[in-house]
Amino acid sequence: MIELLVRDLRLAIRAGGGFGLGLAFFLIATILMPFGIGPETGMITIIAPGILWIGALLACLLSLDRIFALDWEDGSLELLATSPLPLEAVAGVKALAHWLTTGLPLVAAAPVLAVLLNLPPQGFPWLLASLAVGTPALSAIGTFGAALTVGLKRGGLLLSLLVVPLYVPTLLFGAEAARRGAEGLDAATPLVLLAGITFATAATMPFAAAAALRVNLR
Amino acid sequence: MPDLGRYATEVLSAYGVTLLLLVGLIAGSIWKARRVLRQLRDAENRRDKPV
Amino acid sequence: MSIWEYANPRKFMTTSQAVLPWVAGLAAVLVITGLIWGFFFTPDDFRMGSTVKVIYIHVPAAIMGSGTWFMMLITSLVWLIRRHHVSALAAKAAAPVGMVFTLIGLITGAIWGQPMWGTWWEWDPRLTAFLILFLFYLGYMALWEAVENPDAAADLTSVLCLVGTVFAVISRYALIFWNQGLHQGASLSMDAEQNVADVFAYPLWTCIIGFLFLFVALVLYRTRTEIRARRLRALIQRERMA
Repeated sequence: MIELLVRDLRLAIRAGGGFGLGLAFFLIATILMPFGIGPETGMITIIAPGILWIGALLACLLSLDRIFALDWEDGSLELLATSPLPLEAVAGVKALAHWLTTGLPLVAAAPVLAVLLNLPPQGFPWLLASLAVGTPALSAIGTFGAALTVGLKRGGLLLSLLVVPLYVPTLLFGAEAARRGAEGLDAATPLVLLAGITFATAATMPFAAAAALRVNLR
Repeated sequence: MPDLGRYATEVLSAYGVTLLLLVGLIAGSIWKARRVLRQLRDAENRRDKPV
Repeated sequence: MSIWEYANPRKFMTTSQAVLPWVAGLAAVLVITGLIWGFFFTPDDFRMGSTVKVIYIHVPAAIMGSGTWFMMLITSLVWLIRRHHVSALAAKAAAPVGMVFTLIGLITGAIWGQPMWGTWWEWDPRLTAFLILFLFYLGYMALWEAVENPDAAADLTSVLCLVGTVFAVISRYALIFWNQGLHQGASLSMDAEQNVADVFAYPLWTCIIGFLFLFVALVLYRTRTEIRARRLRALIQRERMA
């Protein structure tokens, strides 16, 4: 399992692996938002938590089809399926690798962008906490979506259509925690609920993803 | 025709949209059913009488 | 005699052929009666005026919109557990029906909300939950279309249906947490206090049962089509092999 994780991370970091693309997308999406909304600082401050959460979600969504696509193309996914490692574990490791290469950099980049958007100081810890707690759920759910669409030729758009409705609860709780934090309210409740979603998806989604992978590899 | 008062547009358009969508759904189902049935008959005829 | 006999495609075809005209006829009679009753022969509500007449399509469509997904959940489970093709095809046949009902619920709701709440759309939990349900239908149907192999498509959509159901339920509660709504409570709950008055309830029930029969008729009809399409596919493949 560790070897698989290390291999995935190495492949992602190597040139052409797509590492950093999600981060760059997060950056431009967030920077574009004020251009669309107008330069009023007050308005941007109010919607900053939402912008950052949606930016992170879209950046995550964009990189999902890479989770299995490369392994599918060169056949290593079939090798993984016949290896002694259970497919559930493969899916879990893939989700973890996706989070480490996409979710974690997003969390790290968020404070910088939050400064650009004039997020109130008391909102920073909550924004970081909500992203750190919530992005693993995005990766776990996304792995399931990627497993569903792995063999398809034009899977990318379909993948977004399938995954976006599944992201709704995560986004609701995550953005709510960040918003309440920015307004100086108590954001513990949505954060705890968000953590609940993350744990639940981390525990169940690898099984659903493995079931979908088995069908696609048949 | 009942007197719908000042909400006539809303009520009538709600009914209109609904009928339109339902008719569309039923027509689409029938159209697809006919097409599949015709193709199936063709295929079965081809199988029964090989040229 | 058990219910599983109808999982045999041939048995299903003969039975559904016999039943379909009755179900369809009953659906037509009930829907037309209910709508005419509601449209022409019910009084206006003292608060909502004549817009109350929208309830006779809005509520049945909304019930069937969510009910269809529930039916798809059950047939998907039957497919995953017992591998009956008819079950998977019934789920496939039901999805567009449920999508149209959901869309009707959304559109009539928007038309109704405009004069009552002063807005076409409000990010109210119930409304938003239905919008998300609509997205689930779209994704489900798109996945059916995208996967070539019918058995793989049935498996994948079934898994999606199961996972989607869990997330739809979570979304429903997340939305309640997120925003208190404008939407009124249940119109026909067991709690008599908040129910609608009898003058409205009788035609409303007629419409609900009518929509239910309409749904059954459409699903039976479309499932027959899907079974034929499956057979057609098998024949064409055999031709290519020969």
